Amino acid sequence: MLDIKNLHVQINDKEILKGINLNIQPGEIHVLMGVNGSGKSTLVKTISAHYDCVVNDGSIKYKDEDLLKLNPTQRANKGIFMSFQNPVEIPGINNMYFLKTALNEKRKHLEKEELNAASFLKLVKSKTSEFNMDDAVLKRNLNEGFSGGEKKRNELLQLLILEPDLLLLDEIDSGLDIDAIKTVATGINSLLDGKRSLLMITHYERMLALIKPDFVHILENGEIIKTGDYSLALKLGKTGFKDIGE
Amino acid sequence: MKNETLHKVISSEYKLGFETIVNSDTFPPGLNEDVIKAISSKKDEPQWLLDYRLKAYKKWLKMLEPKWANLSYETINYQDISYFSAPKKAPNSLDEIDPSILSTYEKLGIPLEEQKLLAGIAVDAVFDSVSVKTTFQDELEKLGIIFCSISEAAQKHPELLKKYLSSVVPSNDNFFACLNSAVFTDGSFVYIPKNVRCPMELSTYFRINALNTGQFERTLIIADEGSYVSYNEGCSAPMRDTSQLHAAVVELVALKDAQIKYSTIQNWYPGDENGKGGILNFVTKRGICKGDNSKISWTQVETGSLLTWKYPSCILKGDNSVGEFYSIALSSLSQQADTGTKMYHIGKNTKSTIIAKGISALKGRNAYRGLVRMAKSATNSRNYSQCDSLLIGNACSAYTFPHQEVRNKSSFVEHEATTSKISDEQLFFLNQRGISEENAISMIVNGFCKEVLQELPMEFAVEAKALLNLSLEGCVG
Repeated sequence: MLDIKNLHVQINDKEILKGINLNIQPGEIHVLMGVNGSGKSTLVKTISAHYDCVVNDGSIKYKDEDLLKLNPTQRANKGIFMSFQNPVEIPGINNMYFLKTALNEKRKHLEKEELNAASFLKLVKSKTSEFNMDDAVLKRNLNEGFSGGEKKRNELLQLLILEPDLLLLDEIDSGLDIDAIKTVATGINSLLDGKRSLLMITHYERMLALIKPDFVHILENGEIIKTGDYSLALKLGKTGFKDIGE
Repeated sequence: MKNETLHKVISSEYKLGFETIVNSDTFPPGLNEDVIKAISSKKDEPQWLLDYRLKAYKKWLKMLEPKWANLSYETINYQDISYFSAPKKAPNSLDEIDPSILSTYEKLGIPLEEQKLLAGIAVDAVFDSVSVKTTFQDELEKLGIIFCSISEAAQKHPELLKKYLSSVVPSNDNFFACLNSAVFTDGSFVYIPKNVRCPMELSTYFRINALNTGQFERTLIIADEGSYVSYNEGCSAPMRDTSQLHAAVVELVALKDAQIKYSTIQNWYPGDENGKGGILNFVTKRGICKGDNSKISWTQVETGSLLTWKYPSCILKGDNSVGEFYSIALSSLSQQADTGTKMYHIGKNTKSTIIAKGISALKGRNAYRGLVRMAKSATNSRNYSQCDSLLIGNACSAYTFPHQEVRNKSSFVEHEATTSKISDEQLFFLNQRGISEENAISMIVNGFCKEVLQELPMEFAVEAKALLNLSLEGCVG
């Protein structure tokens, strides 16, 4: 699915990633952990072609294609979805209209027929009722005046509608209460069908208890210093990052 | 002595006699009384109209070009302009039209037959536009509605024209209006009789002969007591014109209980990235709500011209009269817009609403300039103004110059203004959800303009949206 080799990335003249190697196979769940500023967000942003991230060296292959040649829109339409830590507010764009446009762009890309307003509405309603989400946010402008929790649930809704192949989730659980975390985790799990892959950044063990990772990577100062399985995350929860270097 | 003779010879070259001027299809550059007499003679105008023009010309000679607007442009030499040209020979087919214009037509989704009409092709041969026009005229005539060119009105309805011409915009109102009064070429004349609701949107578009009258257009619309009319000026198709200076005047008169809705889409050539070749557009538009309970509503979408200087205004004279101004002004490339409105509240319980949306991209410069004046007599009146600016990129700018005068204690004036910028993060967010840069910008811009777009007549709104998107093509990255 995704193959990253020797990736060096800088933001504002500062080298943040210093030679990342990471291979994600279809169906695998990977988790990135590490202290603030270790480069976790930069890595997922680079995969989705964020304008801040300048790749100095290395390669990223996605479904055997050179990902670095594609712009953010192309990457998105080829199945890469990144959830934002702080989704930006966009006044003037109705949330429902935005979701429909995004889905139809993807369907166009896949050479599928575009959904009309009625069938789209049906699809959205089925998702919101399945995952106990409040419909009210659909009528509002995209993220405008949303609470932290509403923004995150809205990210989940986009995820459920767009059904990406590679999920990059940057702290989708932050700022949520326990019930909301459960909803979000259930939503994510419903997509994990053994073919889709997930790369997730989280600080919370309770998220990992709900979505069990196959691999846990610990980032420090722009490098992956340790990779393990779920038990590594559990160990981390007890000892903290300090003692993990060994 | 020698010098004097030389001077005489040189200046006489520019003073061609009346006969020479009137016999040419396109007048030689220059402006003097003979040129004005020649224009009037070409149109076979009555003496009073010629006198009106000459009087305006004399006043104009003493006036100075206004310099207060937030606009910069090269000095206009009024003697370098030709003030009359006969309609150009119509092209025979679309093959003779500039391919760049054709591709724009296509992007705007204008049907082929309409493209031909817009391009000025002799459409009669293509489809029966004459009969379309006649059916249309028949229907209007039955109701007593007059819809014709100003030149025609001068022949057929001199009493109405004489009564209302310059009754809203005095000929010496301002430098450009005064020039227009002296040299106006043509434009629309509309009269809606008492208690008649005009059954269709009137549009310059239907007046095929209107297509060549861009430079010094003159429009007069009169809505008699209890009548209603909606008038659309322009269209979204790009308009190119060899004459750089445009100075139009529009006057609206709403009598008791009458309503006029005036919508404009202006898409004159904006010039290239450095502003070369763009149209300089100086327009005076004003309406008077003369009778009680009357209403005038201006809606404009200004995306063209290198320079826009335009303040569609309302004089709210009748009690309970209502004035509205909804505007979208987009400045991209090197365009500059200084636009807004004036609301003069004179009658009691008068109401006005101003919603102005300015969009600046690339090196565009956009200014809102507005005046709300509550006279002493305008008791219990209200105004609400909202001016929003949207910036795209770092080289553009937006300004707001609101002016309010309240001379009584019972009136209420409200003003809100916002400035926002399309941020890189907003664009990236939409891109990451699979929406292309161009689509993303158009979604944001359409959202920003929503309140104004919904004021436009249906088909006009669709055109305006397409036009906004097109005007912003390639403005990022």
